[in-house]
Amino acid sequence: MFEHNDPNRIQLNSNGQLRHFLTTEGLSRELLTEILDTADSFVDMGAKQIKKVPLLRGRTVVNLFFEASTRTLSTFELAAKRLSADVLNLNISTSSTSKGETLKDTLMTLEAMHSDMFVVRHADSGAAHFIASQVTPHVAVINAGDGRHAHPTQAMLDMLTIRRHKGSFEPLTFAIVGDILHSRVARSQIHALRTLGASEIRVIAPKTLLPRHIEAMGVKVFTDMRQGLKDVDVIMMLRLQKERMTSALLPSESEFYKLYGMTTEKLAYARPDAVVMHPGPINRGVEIESAIADGPRSLILDQVTNGIAVRMAVMSMAMSGQMVEKQLQQSAPAAN
Amino acid sequence: MNIKIAGGRVIDPSQSLDKICDLYISNGVIAALGDAPAGFVPDSILDATGQVVCPGLIDLCAHLREPGATHKGSIAQESQAAAAGGITTLVAMPTTSPIVDTPAVAQLIQDKARAAGKTRVLPIGALTQGLAGEQLSPMHALASSGCIAFTNSRRPIRSSLVLMRCLEYAATHDLLVLFQAQDAELATGCMHDDTTSTRLGLAGIPEAAETVEVARCLMLVEQTGARAHFGQISCERSARMIMEARERGLKVSADIAVHHLLLSDSNVNGFDSNFHVIPPLRSQLDRAGLRQALLADGIQAICSDHQPHDPIAKQAPFAATEPGIAGLETLLSLSLMLVEQDLLELPQLIAKLTWEPAQVLGIEAGTLATGARADICVFDPAARWTPSAANTRSGGANSPFMGMELRGQVTHTLLGGTSVFQR
Repeated sequence: MFEHNDPNRIQLNSNGQLRHFLTTEGLSRELLTEILDTADSFVDMGAKQIKKVPLLRGRTVVNLFFEASTRTLSTFELAAKRLSADVLNLNISTSSTSKGETLKDTLMTLEAMHSDMFVVRHADSGAAHFIASQVTPHVAVINAGDGRHAHPTQAMLDMLTIRRHKGSFEPLTFAIVGDILHSRVARSQIHALRTLGASEIRVIAPKTLLPRHIEAMGVKVFTDMRQGLKDVDVIMMLRLQKERMTSALLPSESEFYKLYGMTTEKLAYARPDAVVMHPGPINRGVEIESAIADGPRSLILDQVTNGIAVRMAVMSMAMSGQMVEKQLQQSAPAAN
Repeated sequence: MNIKIAGGRVIDPSQSLDKICDLYISNGVIAALGDAPAGFVPDSILDATGQVVCPGLIDLCAHLREPGATHKGSIAQESQAAAAGGITTLVAMPTTSPIVDTPAVAQLIQDKARAAGKTRVLPIGALTQGLAGEQLSPMHALASSGCIAFTNSRRPIRSSLVLMRCLEYAATHDLLVLFQAQDAELATGCMHDDTTSTRLGLAGIPEAAETVEVARCLMLVEQTGARAHFGQISCERSARMIMEARERGLKVSADIAVHHLLLSDSNVNGFDSNFHVIPPLRSQLDRAGLRQALLADGIQAICSDHQPHDPIAKQAPFAATEPGIAGLETLLSLSLMLVEQDLLELPQLIAKLTWEPAQVLGIEAGTLATGARADICVFDPAARWTPSAANTRSGGANSPFMGMELRGQVTHTLLGGTSVFQR
């Protein structure tokens, strides 16, 4: 009855190319691989003396952050600058919306400034979809995290990090540990890992931090850390907001650490060559033991480096997809 | 003034009537069915050939927005929409500003409705003062001022003692209490808690948000002997509990909003805020269970749960939008889908939109019996139309059904024998 309800219809152009990047869900393996390949070509650029390419020269990228984030904002800003774009950073939570302006008003104002790309972070799930549905056709929207829904660039930088260390996804077993309920990162990781052919994906958390019927997303559910970590190849820890400790979801930091914190003792249940990842910022002694975070099996700093490359990749691909869509629209015969 | 409605298929569940015949109206009341009364000379004739003639629809839940939120809709505007939807009696919720907890506000709503003259509006009074869930409202005075029932809407009455006192007081005066059952703490999300909410990362509202409150209300209804109606239930389990309570002899009834009979949580898939409703669209199993309960006669009415919004209220990320669907003009057409889908026979459906809701409210309406007030809906069951922002009369065009071709359209509405709508 409502066939138009496809959340992915909006993020591809009529040639099947990326024109917004809102979610990893529903994207083809070929497209995800193209993102990884493109990002791969950008990874080494950071080590060169001239760290710029002219792919977005003359374009204006607006980092539209309705939710505070130093790390993600910095990497998007750096990625845009390395693509030679002009960048405007806006922290909306403390400006217009607090004066009563609606999100739509804010968008219309920014569009009037002839922006070419919005990188959006917002506390509401679906915010990036909403913005993509409202902007004029020549503007690309990159989701930098919306509510509990998606954080697709974080997931793709994780995929790039895994591929660079493990070579492929097919033979591997993955464990995602912690606050699955509120995690946009976990959702995006699960979609990406499934599409890229992961052998098995596990989620490990107490029931208070597990969304209902999460197994329908194609994962195995564990509430016991040791059982869940048995023979896994890659462990993806999630950040636990400390405020969750007091909202009847968990009894205390120490109890969470004891049961779900990544310690040397628990890591021993995983494969000997298992690696540990974390989207950061890390809570040492709550989610992860310092010896592991700083140890040889941690890929946390690689993730940060790869984050810039992945963001450069999706920004350049989305802008290119927008251009192609615009050309297709201009060359299409006028409707009768 | 004598009117003859000629040649229509007259369906009146109150008399188990379904036949092609003429209907005669004299001075605002039904004068006869079939043969003309002696000496009847029509002043006008309405040719209803090929159309259905039934009692005017009775909608058990509408938010008319006035007083307080006239940028979303007004009593005059929503009355026009009701008339275009064949609705001749509307039950208006007390969540206005100010809230309907004084006779003056109840009177104001009725005065404005009378001035509009398009549909009968029966206000519901607040069950507690300011809907704050603490002090009993002046129920007797409100009833004397025309309030047909009392509700706390979806605002919580956290104290079971206060709720029991409300029911006891209502029972003292034989007043109907309407529950829109929802546990406030469990209902902090924006859509049904299930696989779609998990995938989209939208905070879920579990069935328990409704069923826990239905269970508490039923226990207290049993305790107090009050008359109670459960409005817009969304879960199969709620329907079963209410049916079991009826079988135990409790004076309880229930209705379902038509969109809960047609849609499920999977429709939220595209973050389309037009699907943002409270209670949320539930699972396909719930929808099937509600349809079965309707078929088994456990549910007395289908309503619109009309909630018009200005466009900006729906232009935001899903969770940040205001919940609700504007549904007065589509109530009949959407309900007719249940006939098209072979769930109900047409007379059964008409009963859920006319006679049975009249029985819930205990009012003289919903019938074409001789001597009854001539509130009549005439519709073309085969007509196809497409609701749109351009053709809606309501202040709100917020509906997921906008742009969808529907079958069955009201052609005439008569209120007390006076034509209030003609297509």
